[in-house]
Amino acid sequence: MARKPKLAVFKFASCDGCQLSLLDAEDELLAVAGAVDIAYFLEARTQQIEGPYDVGLVEGSVTTAHDAARIQEIRKQCRFLVTIGACATAGGIQALRNWADVNDFIDRVYAHPEYIKTLATSTPIADHVTVDFELRGCPINKNQLVDLVASLLHGRKPRVPSYAVCVECKQRQVVCVAVAQGIACLGPVTQAGCGIICPAYNRDCYGCFGPKENANPNSLAGHYLATGKPRGELVRLMRNFNANAKEFRLTSNTVERL
Amino acid sequence: MPANRTFVVKALSRVEGEGALYVKLDGDRVEHVELNIYEPPRFFESFLRGRSVHEVPDITARICGICPVAYQMSSCHALEQALGIIVTPEIRKLRRLLYCAEWIESHSLHMYLLHAPDFLGYESGISMATDHRAVVEKGLRMKKIGNELLEILGGRAIHPINVTVGGFYRAPNREALKKLLPDLEWGLASAIETLELVSAFEFPDLEMDYDCVSVKHSHEYPMNEGRIVSTSGLDIMVEQYEQYFEERHMPQSTALHSVLLPEGKSYLVGPLARINLCFDQLAPTAKRAAEKCGIEWPSRNNFQSIVARAVEVIDAYEEAVAIVKDYNAEPTQCRIPYTPKAGKGCHATEAPRGLIYHRYRIGDDGLIAEAKIVPPTSQNQGQIESDLRAYVPRVARFDDAVATQKCEHLIRNYDPCISCSTHFLKLTIERG
Repeated sequence: MARKPKLAVFKFASCDGCQLSLLDAEDELLAVAGAVDIAYFLEARTQQIEGPYDVGLVEGSVTTAHDAARIQEIRKQCRFLVTIGACATAGGIQALRNWADVNDFIDRVYAHPEYIKTLATSTPIADHVTVDFELRGCPINKNQLVDLVASLLHGRKPRVPSYAVCVECKQRQVVCVAVAQGIACLGPVTQAGCGIICPAYNRDCYGCFGPKENANPNSLAGHYLATGKPRGELVRLMRNFNANAKEFRLTSNTVERL
Repeated sequence: MPANRTFVVKALSRVEGEGALYVKLDGDRVEHVELNIYEPPRFFESFLRGRSVHEVPDITARICGICPVAYQMSSCHALEQALGIIVTPEIRKLRRLLYCAEWIESHSLHMYLLHAPDFLGYESGISMATDHRAVVEKGLRMKKIGNELLEILGGRAIHPINVTVGGFYRAPNREALKKLLPDLEWGLASAIETLELVSAFEFPDLEMDYDCVSVKHSHEYPMNEGRIVSTSGLDIMVEQYEQYFEERHMPQSTALHSVLLPEGKSYLVGPLARINLCFDQLAPTAKRAAEKCGIEWPSRNNFQSIVARAVEVIDAYEEAVAIVKDYNAEPTQCRIPYTPKAGKGCHATEAPRGLIYHRYRIGDDGLIAEAKIVPPTSQNQGQIESDLRAYVPRVARFDDAVATQKCEHLIRNYDPCISCSTHFLKLTIERG
């Protein structure tokens, strides 16, 4: 029998929710543990098998000098490097520091700022090393994660949609919250994958899966401004968990300067 | 074995987030114990400033992927106090159901995948499954049902989207909840079996003089509201929290250490503290099961926190069954409308890992002007170190690998959630 592929899970600045998604795949977890060798996964096991690894899943963003160096080492150890979640693919909610003075942030929280070592920015993994595949979401969709692992085992491309949240609302005949209720919704520019939960629960999409392929958030922001939405509300809507994703970042900056 | 030794655990496993432990020994004498939290800080309290009220529960959820509901609930209640919003009894009950779901999911994960392996001699739940597959599968199913309940109420299990200041965006679907009832009843029966399993474990003998702290409510087990009480006789309103508890910043960590004033003492929050203080408020089945499980309550041994978790999972399943049985019509109003205005509010709830405190000030522009968040793990950190100082001399006779493993087990008694610690732990044992 061929050797089982070695899987490793690494954490950077994050909430642990995306790696928890693997443990949340309750029906598949033991099967996955049988098909791959979970060689390094600190949240789930004490055993730590040294690299190299066939697949590395990376959660979290780079916010310290130590982590900036650590990701370089991890890249060398992993044949396929996959980023999981909005922190790893875009910088996460902690990238809001990129618009602020980080020293001011530290002063607000800590009595002894001198104990805190952090970078002025929170950046995605792809800003530091080559990434082979990205799973979007805040958090990721556990079914996409299981499919990704299966894809890697079978040597096929993971089935992840690149179209907008809107497409699924139409498919499932969920009434559009933007049209029917005048709510500023990010559905038209956000990649599908969450299962359109927000519109289905009668609220705005707030962009957990980041910008879809060829998104045009400038145009969407223009539309919402024209219909009377306050500028501040639109800036905040773009500056969530994928604030630092290029398209959202540029549009929020443009709207802020208007 | 040298007289002077150092134990180092560079990266604690089976905990949420990143921490390490350093212990320095001179013979059997503990020279130094230090829990080092190197989880990078994310500054939630800073970037909440300037956000709108309705965004807060969406943002604070992201502090922790394992207990987002605790953050959402504490935010919502604190902001509702600031805005003078009073929710309906129906909303209150659905919030309690949501919290039950999180306790079930979080406690089942910790008992079966993270903590039981310590008692049974495995490095993980995954390895444990090779010998005890049915046990692990039961734990996974108990956890899955909690997650399914979260999905119905919250839209998804991690970072629910249906929680908002004033209530819910949409009333949870009655049919979907009713359909889950047989699973919830299976969960209740399995939780009782879980209590039998874990209360038969062998517990290291470490009795500590804990000052337990929790929210306490007159007639229900504490989740969403109550006064704050302690073993030493504290009984205060949540509004007085900051007069009695203080966060201190220690050099070894990005988390803040909380102490009880005026002496600056460490204290215990979490499942064991709650049971010790609120035993009478347990739901009937949970209370009966706890009474006959062979553990003497109150317990001063936090290795028995796994038993407390099992009792709480019974309680959570029992309450969930009752609430779902009673949910015969979706409420016509599931969200109380409000207009953002200036105000101040604070609130404490019980996260799976213990008391969590939030305070907010809303400015004249209706946006957040100030936020303060005290998560459970930063409150327990001082107590974890005190436990280690008492425990290390007892395990010093073992070689470094075994001694280290035993110290890690002690830390996992707390189910530390290091990511949570917006502001939290490295094991090094130095025998010097």
